[in-house]
Amino acid sequence: MDLNYTDEQKAFRDEVRSYLAEELPARLVNKVRLGKTLTKQDHEEWHAILNKRGWLAGNWPKAFGGAGWDAVQRHIFEDEMTRASAPRIVPFGLGMLGPVLQKFGSKAQQDYYLPRILSGEDWWCQGYSEPGAGSDLASVRTTAERDGDHYVVNGQKTWTTLGQHANKIFCLVRTSKEGKPQEGISFLLIDMNSPGVKVRPIVLIDGEPEVNEVFFDDVRVPVENRVGEENKGWTYAKYLLTHERTNIAGVGFANAGLENLKRIARLEQANGRPLIENPHFAARIARIEIDLMAMSTTNLRVVSKAAAGQAPGAESSILKIKGTVIRQEINALTRSAVGPYAMPFASEALEDGSNLGPVGPDYAEGATAQYLNNRKLSIFGGSNEIQRTILSKAILEL
Amino acid sequence: MNFELTEERQMLQDGLRRYLRDSYTPSIRAELKKCDRGYSLDVWSGLAEMGVIGALFAEDDGGFAGSGFDIAVVFEELGRVGAVDPLIDTAILGGGLVAALGNDAQKPVIDAVIDGSVQLAFAHGEPASRYDLSRVETSATRDGDGYVLNGRKAVVINAPAADQILVSARTSGDAADRDGISLFLVSASTPGLTLRSYPLVSGGQAAEVLLEDVRLGSDALLGDEGGAFEAITHAQARATLAISAEALGLMESIRELTTDYLKTRKQFGKPIGKFQALQHRMADVLIEIEQARSAVINLAGHIDHPEEIREKHVSATKNLIGNVAKLVTEESIQMHGGIGMTDEYELGHLAKRLIMVDHRFGDAIYHLDRFISLAVA
Repeated sequence: MDLNYTDEQKAFRDEVRSYLAEELPARLVNKVRLGKTLTKQDHEEWHAILNKRGWLAGNWPKAFGGAGWDAVQRHIFEDEMTRASAPRIVPFGLGMLGPVLQKFGSKAQQDYYLPRILSGEDWWCQGYSEPGAGSDLASVRTTAERDGDHYVVNGQKTWTTLGQHANKIFCLVRTSKEGKPQEGISFLLIDMNSPGVKVRPIVLIDGEPEVNEVFFDDVRVPVENRVGEENKGWTYAKYLLTHERTNIAGVGFANAGLENLKRIARLEQANGRPLIENPHFAARIARIEIDLMAMSTTNLRVVSKAAAGQAPGAESSILKIKGTVIRQEINALTRSAVGPYAMPFASEALEDGSNLGPVGPDYAEGATAQYLNNRKLSIFGGSNEIQRTILSKAILEL
Repeated sequence: MNFELTEERQMLQDGLRRYLRDSYTPSIRAELKKCDRGYSLDVWSGLAEMGVIGALFAEDDGGFAGSGFDIAVVFEELGRVGAVDPLIDTAILGGGLVAALGNDAQKPVIDAVIDGSVQLAFAHGEPASRYDLSRVETSATRDGDGYVLNGRKAVVINAPAADQILVSARTSGDAADRDGISLFLVSASTPGLTLRSYPLVSGGQAAEVLLEDVRLGSDALLGDEGGAFEAITHAQARATLAISAEALGLMESIRELTTDYLKTRKQFGKPIGKFQALQHRMADVLIEIEQARSAVINLAGHIDHPEEIREKHVSATKNLIGNVAKLVTEESIQMHGGIGMTDEYELGHLAKRLIMVDHRFGDAIYHLDRFISLAVA
């Protein structure tokens, strides 16, 4: 038992920290701190900076142009990134598709797509969910019918995050209706510029079009764009989900959010005193901080197992539930902390280039939007109810 | 960063688990309920022989381990079987305080603790002090070369079996001052010291300790006059770690009992564990127990850090343990239904022991309040 980083790990942390201090643009830090919407260019700018240093794909092996970090190093990197208020790395190409191509893709697919993910030439989005297939992912209905050297794709995907920026989409499609629902699924790479692809934004309750519907109307996709075997897509989809679950605890986000909450609660006044001195408010902060202290260690226990080569299994369900509940509670407390200034709808002021000053304190502006937006945390990536079912089957064996 | 047990601790854990599984038979438990001492002499000497007591002390004090993770390993195992042996009282608190404050003439007590021949108790809390460590009204007045003690100590666990009792008393200052608290090593047979003994809900025995003109020589004083508070705080931090780890062991056993029950008990033609209403609640119990394990690790890893850091972890961990203990106890009884209400079934003892954890060394509310002043405000 040793809760401390090794000297090597400490040196790595210092290296990341000083790199971020030098290379992370102040303009981006400011946007992240105030909860402003990041543009496509913002993301691309930051990706390019990290890519120059070779740190954009921490989870990829060096052979594919990644950093080849182990789980502890990745944890340190993510922790430092959130500490520094860096924009998060957009995960669809780097965190999700990349590992799938490396494990199951053809040599040609690897050679063509992986460098384009690193360089930013391609922006991928995720075509998993459908109107009828949310947590029950295997009930995919979008079809791909074989026509010579092509598949013809028809159907609809939804909740496609940042699909408005994407030029490529990886999709689960139904290639067979035989057998169990899981057995007829294939994994296709689709160019969003193909005729018949249509993207429609969905404005969420925070006022932002973060997600989209994507429609496929007789879209022709070359057969060579299928990853792995036909009807084996479920295997690749699940493999992708295990990567989606790394950093699922979001400890860094929670720490940054808690620090921000405490700062606000010291600035806000209640009954002539700092809000943080109100015993009821202080108690709610304390409870979440105590839970977070334990969760950080729960997370490190899983991380250190992963670094030792044990693939995280159902433990990630524990991290998903605990991590999301903690972050949502921090968001709720932050919304409470700003009082009446939680009410003004500030969508325009959160856009880049807006010259509107905030109505109230600057920290109040994004509080409600962030609270509303993060209700998604317990819904996406397998809802927290799905995670509980996984735990009761995989660990409790009920 | 490494969350594996060292080879030595792994051996300690394996050996202790086997020993306790064989020792804590249902018939022993039934016997213990009736016995005035509250614990089994055989088990106690077995623990001493195995070196379990020695594992709670540092080498400088005659033991061979004594770090936070040694305490955590030992007490988690004790918790798993619902052991009632007074290791917290005799070893962590009593022995720990003698180790911290004792002089050469007093230190041999530690050897006797480690070889299992002496029982100790720590008489500190009072009827009015609740969980406040510095509130001491029992007085010690100078009397020639020695002291005269007067006062009453509340719920002193293991006092009925103790050969010597560590008594705190105020030699100066006001009732809640940190300065002015002194500690005395008092033989249980000293005139003027009387016990009103009683059994505990969690098993084991305790007593109200009445001190009426108890005359002690100056050789009874542990450490400097008026300067015991810091050592008491540190000893209580280690005791909080011990009881938190014990709670973790209790939680693990209760979880196993309850999941087994969910798999076997049938209603409406299927095991009740097939009902999602129970599956999801049991998943929450599982998650919170993992949090409890992390909280114990956090405290174990910081137990010998400077006071400011250490005490923040003490309160964070004890608050979380108190909350999780309540959840695990109540959910396990509920999911068992009627059988969970019976005194005969194994769950009863474990559940009572777990729920009583919140009543020692500060409850969840006390530590939430304390955490706020240490870390939030």
